[in-house]
Amino acid sequence: MSAENPAIRLTGLTKVFGTVTAVDHVDLDIAEGEFFSMLGPSGSGKTTVLRLIAGFEQPTAGTISLFGQDVTERAPFDRDVNTVFQDYALFPHMTVLENVAYGLRVRGVSRRDRLARARDALETVRLGGFGDRKPSQLSGGQRQRVALARATVVRPKALLLDEPLGALDLKLREQMQVELKELQRELGITFIFVTHDQEEALTLSDRIAVFNEGKIEQLGTPAEIYDRPVSPFVAAFVGTSNVFDDEVSRRLVGHGGLHSLRPEKISIGPELSPPATDRTALGTLAEVIYVGSSTRLIVDLDVGKRITVLEQNDAHRVGEDQRGSRVSVGFQDVDVVDLESATATAQQ
Amino acid sequence: MTVDASAPPGNRMTVPPPRDTLGRRGSVFLSLHPRLRLTLLLSAPLFWLGLVYIAALAALLITALWTVDTFTGQISQTWTLDNIITVLTGSLYQTVTVRTVGVALLVTIVDIVIALPIAFYMAKVASPRAQRILVIAVLMPLWASYLVKAYAWRSVLSQDGILQWLLAPFGGETPGYGLPATIITLSYLWLPYVILPIYAGLERVPDSLLEASGDLGGKTGATLRLVVLPMIWPAIIAGSIFSFALSLGDYITVNIVGGANQLLGNLVYTNVGAANNLPLAAAIALIPIVIIFGYLAVVRRTGALENL
Repeated sequence: MSAENPAIRLTGLTKVFGTVTAVDHVDLDIAEGEFFSMLGPSGSGKTTVLRLIAGFEQPTAGTISLFGQDVTERAPFDRDVNTVFQDYALFPHMTVLENVAYGLRVRGVSRRDRLARARDALETVRLGGFGDRKPSQLSGGQRQRVALARATVVRPKALLLDEPLGALDLKLREQMQVELKELQRELGITFIFVTHDQEEALTLSDRIAVFNEGKIEQLGTPAEIYDRPVSPFVAAFVGTSNVFDDEVSRRLVGHGGLHSLRPEKISIGPELSPPATDRTALGTLAEVIYVGSSTRLIVDLDVGKRITVLEQNDAHRVGEDQRGSRVSVGFQDVDVVDLESATATAQQ
Repeated sequence: MTVDASAPPGNRMTVPPPRDTLGRRGSVFLSLHPRLRLTLLLSAPLFWLGLVYIAALAALLITALWTVDTFTGQISQTWTLDNIITVLTGSLYQTVTVRTVGVALLVTIVDIVIALPIAFYMAKVASPRAQRILVIAVLMPLWASYLVKAYAWRSVLSQDGILQWLLAPFGGETPGYGLPATIITLSYLWLPYVILPIYAGLERVPDSLLEASGDLGGKTGATLRLVVLPMIWPAIIAGSIFSFALSLGDYITVNIVGGANQLLGNLVYTNVGAANNLPLAAAIALIPIVIIFGYLAVVRRTGALENL
């Protein structure tokens, strides 16, 4: 990560639209061959960063370097990165094959060569027989693969993906996630993946940058982001978290401060036989929500805090009929994340 | 799941049942009879279309096959192809037809060349606010009378007009009245009809396609040639149909700024008025109709009409 020439280096990158600062002094190094995700809610600036890297927007301040070369002032067609657009942006008047060959065509590759290479690229995304169709005759997943083939056939040094799976249904999305990961390994190039889906980011990425209000809130591996969130925002945005404020912390954790706790780290039991954990608390079962493999339990603690508990479903599943009954919950000290000290560490 | 249980019982009874009025019965009857709905929707416009458009065209065709009694000046309803033959073979009609088509083509080309950058700026560059203002600005000339605009150009183009005054320092001069003046004035008159379809066509080209082209290495020229132009081709054709057809039928502008030149419309006008030969006028009027049908047939082969 601290290599001499990272694949992409952003320095003090800032973009202001009118009165809105979409990207606010972002510094970031992305290594060669890395699968890097930019995760955040809509309006957090992640897509703007991607568009700045691609060259569709000019930064208000800061620089963008690709492999040590400053490309801040260069036009999109002069940058060795390619984009897979959210709406795929396939040319509707061209066939699938012509779409894939487009990048080679404008670079002056001869007709025979470019069609042959486009056919190969279509094979790699398993669309060999679809070259003569128009994009409108393809399904969403197929269009997605055409967009991938079109962007990779010109051998970019980095591929930028702007919520590419957003328009697909769940099954197809999971399948495409696997294919994306395989494609990235095969090509060995940097993928920069923009998403608001935390699960997708956790599944695919080598590293994740969590964006909030134009700034990187946390940068780290999926495990670091999930297990050690540095702020209430990250704790709440990536997965579900129970965040305890100072007073609740004092009564539940034993000392003050800001803490978070994952729902799956909490055990639950009857009022009179509390779980054998470092900490326990009593409360009332407010809601029981069956979600297939697990059950989500909402518990109103007596200390005045509503928490979420996730229980794997086994033979002793908590049934809907137990709503309103008294329960005890428990958790281990090691699972409690101190958000304030984590923030302090991250800022050092 | 608690929502249902916690809602007060009888909540859904607060909406009263619909009253059984005559209007309601009528609506129910209509909603069950789709054909009747369609008849009610279309009978008036279809009647209008049949009477005014088709019948008038048919009357034109029939009149062209009649003749005029040279002594009384009355139309005699004897069937003859004489008028058609005169129009097809007379050198006057051939010359004027070629001149009219030439003017219409040039007007169309000038309009497209001017409309493309304006429409592109409106659709792809201007802010949403500027876009609305520009649309109004393009439509604004249509609020003024055609005659006023034509006479305004007569003044602009005259020997002591603005154009002369502007061009004189650079050694130029106004083209004066004639066919160039006719082409300039007609281009001005029909420009909004060409800008608007092209603007609408460009609006339908997503920005992401332009970005994708640049992203894949296409420079501005390649993007325009390979992505934008093919996609707005139907819109350009639509605009050209307006400027071409309107120019073919015009006779007022050429009267005002065209000097002694005549277009097909002038011949029709003269024969209806001064020459009092309605059948011949009808036969001449068939020429632009045939040309437009020919133009549409050519355009159809490019596939542009399917995408309108």
